[in-house]
Amino acid sequence: MRSRIGSAAARVAVLLLVLAGLWALWEGYRKLWEELGWTRPFPVNSTTMPHLHDIVGTLFDPLREGEPLLARFMLDAALFTAKEAAVGFAIGATVGFILGALIARFAVLQRGIMPYVVASQTIPILALAPIVVVGLGNVSIAGWTPKDWMRVSVIAAYLTFFPVTVNTVRGLRSADPTAVELMQSYAAREWSVFWKLRVPAAMPYLFSAFKVAATASVVGAVIGELPSSIQDGLGGWIINFNQYYALEPENLWAVNLVAAALGIAFFLVVVLVEKLVVHRPPEELV
Amino acid sequence: MNDTVVSAKGISKTFGKGGVTALQDIELEVGRGEFISLIGPSGCGKSTLLRVIGDLVEPTTGEILVNGKTAHRARLDRDYGIVFQAAVLYDWRTVAKNIALPLELLGWSRARRNQRLAEMLELVELEGFEKHYPWQLSGGMQQRVSIARALSFSPALLLMDEPFGALDEMTRERMNAELLRIWAETGSTVIFVTHSIAEAVYLSTRVVVMSARPGRITTVIPIDLEQPRTFETREEPRFFELVTEVREALHAGGADDVVPEAGVLGE
Repeated sequence: MRSRIGSAAARVAVLLLVLAGLWALWEGYRKLWEELGWTRPFPVNSTTMPHLHDIVGTLFDPLREGEPLLARFMLDAALFTAKEAAVGFAIGATVGFILGALIARFAVLQRGIMPYVVASQTIPILALAPIVVVGLGNVSIAGWTPKDWMRVSVIAAYLTFFPVTVNTVRGLRSADPTAVELMQSYAAREWSVFWKLRVPAAMPYLFSAFKVAATASVVGAVIGELPSSIQDGLGGWIINFNQYYALEPENLWAVNLVAAALGIAFFLVVVLVEKLVVHRPPEELV
Repeated sequence: MNDTVVSAKGISKTFGKGGVTALQDIELEVGRGEFISLIGPSGCGKSTLLRVIGDLVEPTTGEILVNGKTAHRARLDRDYGIVFQAAVLYDWRTVAKNIALPLELLGWSRARRNQRLAEMLELVELEGFEKHYPWQLSGGMQQRVSIARALSFSPALLLMDEPFGALDEMTRERMNAELLRIWAETGSTVIFVTHSIAEAVYLSTRVVVMSARPGRITTVIPIDLEQPRTFETREEPRFFELVTEVREALHAGGADDVVPEAGVLGE
């Protein structure tokens, strides 16, 4: 127990050290370039590189007199984007897993589907987002029209499914051949082999994919908000602050910070779930 | 049902088109309650023969009957349990859930599974370890879990593919003694692949000696050591005579190019 507390303290210490190091790098770079008057690769001033304390500080200022703090708006926006990203992640992970399972099972599909799966990821998401978001605007399923934010989730899902598909294929095929023979010796049905052997064996691969997909779903949600004129999420604020960058650069940096924090939060949720779900030799858990 | 558990007639196995002949003209009858060792140099097809019996590999020619049925039918009826050189335990399952895996597949109720699990843990002397994960156990303990899993659904036939090959000598001797105890307690038939002469002689009622390229049975040596075998068995003069006999049979059929007439099949 003591060592556990000790290692937790060590982790916090490392985290603080890294943060302090990043701060020193940023401010040191600023100082050096300003002092020496260097202008390459870009001139340093409070527009190109606002002070970190100004960026963090702006979160705790009201945008306008008498309004709530910026952090309050950021929190709401982050939660809104998180909802889009989480739904997108769920859809993408599910579709990605099913696609991967089909490809792993039917070798024919490897050639039939995989090229299109790869091609889907080579299309710049910025080019695709408006098509999906605007195109899905008029869709209704049996009289039910999806909410606007759900269209953004589709973009998030689009970025999510690819790593899941690729790793599902690898993971499902990673089962030890002797373990498969063992299942055959029990005359196990294919369905049982899948759920009792192949899927558990694929778990480390799946969670690697989920970690990539979790952060990608946040990026997908932010980008999906841009062409859909949704104002409630981080994407809306990014567009907004982008227009006023010359006046208040700290604001845009602050949103970026919040978006990054959201991505990290998603990542950590996956890590936590992995620790709860996957029982492996300790040295294999990373 | 008669007393023949395994009957192999004219079994050959060729891998690939015109490729390696792993097995050639295998004739083997195994009676109920026997402990048969398959021994031979690497590449003699002893593991392949075991897999043919287990219907995990299909023979190119020949007929194989297990419990009077085709090997395929016998596999579907779960007539045998198998133990590999690696314990092949599922890392994500506890010891208890590893042992109960075949029972789950057979659709046993939880109560029935737990009852059998308790019996199995006692049989392989792993009480108290049921909640451990495989990677928390030593190699010998892992292999005991593997044996318990193979015996959990009470198959009459136990197939073992060099199960103790990866263990150190001390552990291996202890596992040998335990295996004999389990064999006596369960009354099952065992077919045991090994490359250890002493192990084969100590455990078996008959030792089947095979030669490589192509894999054939050269000699079958009955082991007339007294039952039950004890630690002293390894020190009896008769034990050394039989070890010598098996060794000479191996060399006669082996790579020394003193290949005898291949007419010594069967008994």
